[in-house]
Amino acid sequence: MSLITAKGLSVRYGANTVLHNVGLTVEPGEIVTIVGPNGSGKTSLLKTIIGAIKPTAGHVEMKPGLKIGYVPQRLHIDPTLPITVERFMRLSHRVDRNTCSAALETAGVPDLLGRQMSRLSGGQFQRVLLARALINSPDVLLLDEATQGLDQRGSAAFYQQIEAVRSETGYAVLMISHELHVVMSASDRVICLNGHVCCEGTPAVVASAPEYRALFGSGTGGALALYRHEHDHDHEHSHEAAE
Amino acid sequence: MLDDFMTRATLAGIGVAIAAAPLGCFVVWRRMAYFGDATAHAAILGVALSLTLEMSIFPGVMAVALIMALTVTLLAGRGYAMDTLLGVLAHSALAFGLVAVSFLSGVRIDLMAYLFGDILAVSRSDLLVIWGGAGLVVALIAWRWSALLTSTLNEELAYAADLDPKREQLILTLCLAVTVAVAIKVVGVLLIAAMLIIPAAAARSLARTPEAMALIAAVIGGVSAASGLRAAYLFDTPAGPSIVCVAAVFFALFSLLGWHSRRDA
Repeated sequence: MSLITAKGLSVRYGANTVLHNVGLTVEPGEIVTIVGPNGSGKTSLLKTIIGAIKPTAGHVEMKPGLKIGYVPQRLHIDPTLPITVERFMRLSHRVDRNTCSAALETAGVPDLLGRQMSRLSGGQFQRVLLARALINSPDVLLLDEATQGLDQRGSAAFYQQIEAVRSETGYAVLMISHELHVVMSASDRVICLNGHVCCEGTPAVVASAPEYRALFGSGTGGALALYRHEHDHDHEHSHEAAE
Repeated sequence: MLDDFMTRATLAGIGVAIAAAPLGCFVVWRRMAYFGDATAHAAILGVALSLTLEMSIFPGVMAVALIMALTVTLLAGRGYAMDTLLGVLAHSALAFGLVAVSFLSGVRIDLMAYLFGDILAVSRSDLLVIWGGAGLVVALIAWRWSALLTSTLNEELAYAADLDPKREQLILTLCLAVTVAVAIKVVGVLLIAAMLIIPAAAARSLARTPEAMALIAAVIGGVSAASGLRAAYLFDTPAGPSIVCVAAVFFALFSLLGWHSRRDA
């Protein structure tokens, strides 16, 4: 059985139709990326899946007992709210200190337990969010533009981490990203969204699809090569994780 | 022991401080300061209502405060900026309340007692209501603590954890209404928001976790209530405002200390 099955989802705000008859599935262990221009309904789709938006039509089915790890788009913590990394990680799961440490290590940011969330760098913050999502060993990880505010190297390193952890734990990933060149080749399957599903398939298939080119232009076809090039030079950027 | 009016007043002040501390932290974290003000100002309308119906002011004030808080929540995000909306509602509620009170014939009402509190006149039954209300607020917030904190940090995070941020917001709204109703006798409608915000803000620079901030705020609030009353007795100053003054001095002191230590670090 698929982990997540969405059928015929439509979302309307007043007269404005954001999603029209969208369907998708997420199978165990696969990385599915949703790409699409601004306003294409990517975030609405993810919010509908986690239940923050009620669809006007269609429904979302989860495999019974499915554990979800969610990494939000951006998280603004008010400076008046003091909270350590450890307390933040324990917010919705009662886990011990060692589990927190292990999750931080997996996410590539060990030794942050005692730090204040407000004092973290952008890259550290996103990795703490990832560690928090990993803490209950989820079956599927949902990421909403998880690398917003990171530079290109930082986000490439972040997505490599996601891939690396996937090979260890075998979770599935459903993510949204603007950064086509970074996510395209890290994905098993790409869904190109523009209010409806324009095209869908392996990254190579989607990148050469006319619908995709119409949305993003043919220039991004070469993005795949760009990412691979960066990937080859991973060793130069390995300090990124410890920033 | 409860025969002494100063003892009763001190216990009343501490009771309000204990309820206001954890709630005040959420008011500060969620930037609801003006929301607290609007709810508190509406309370004067509740006073007029209770006096008209010749009943105890607690249920009347609580009902009006709750209606006000729910109205604000409903109207939020429908055309007007939040601060404009709250400015309109807070001050109109206060003005309508004051006008409504002036219509009341018969018993002459000491309006000052409701605007600035009348903590020295707290009776045993008032004390019971204050501690009952404070206990309810603390119990509700303690019960929902993790859920409230998650919703405060990020709504989507809450949805993904199977929580409903709207329900958590409603719980805070209910706590706010109860706190306003029990605090009106202690500090009066004009200074209720101060009891919510100042101890919490003063605790910020001393705390490393949300729990610590709520506890420290309760201590600061309690000490402010006790020493403010003492000062009011010694210098013959109004009690409610004296309590708020002490809390404000704590705020200034701890903020300077926090600023100093941050600069050193």
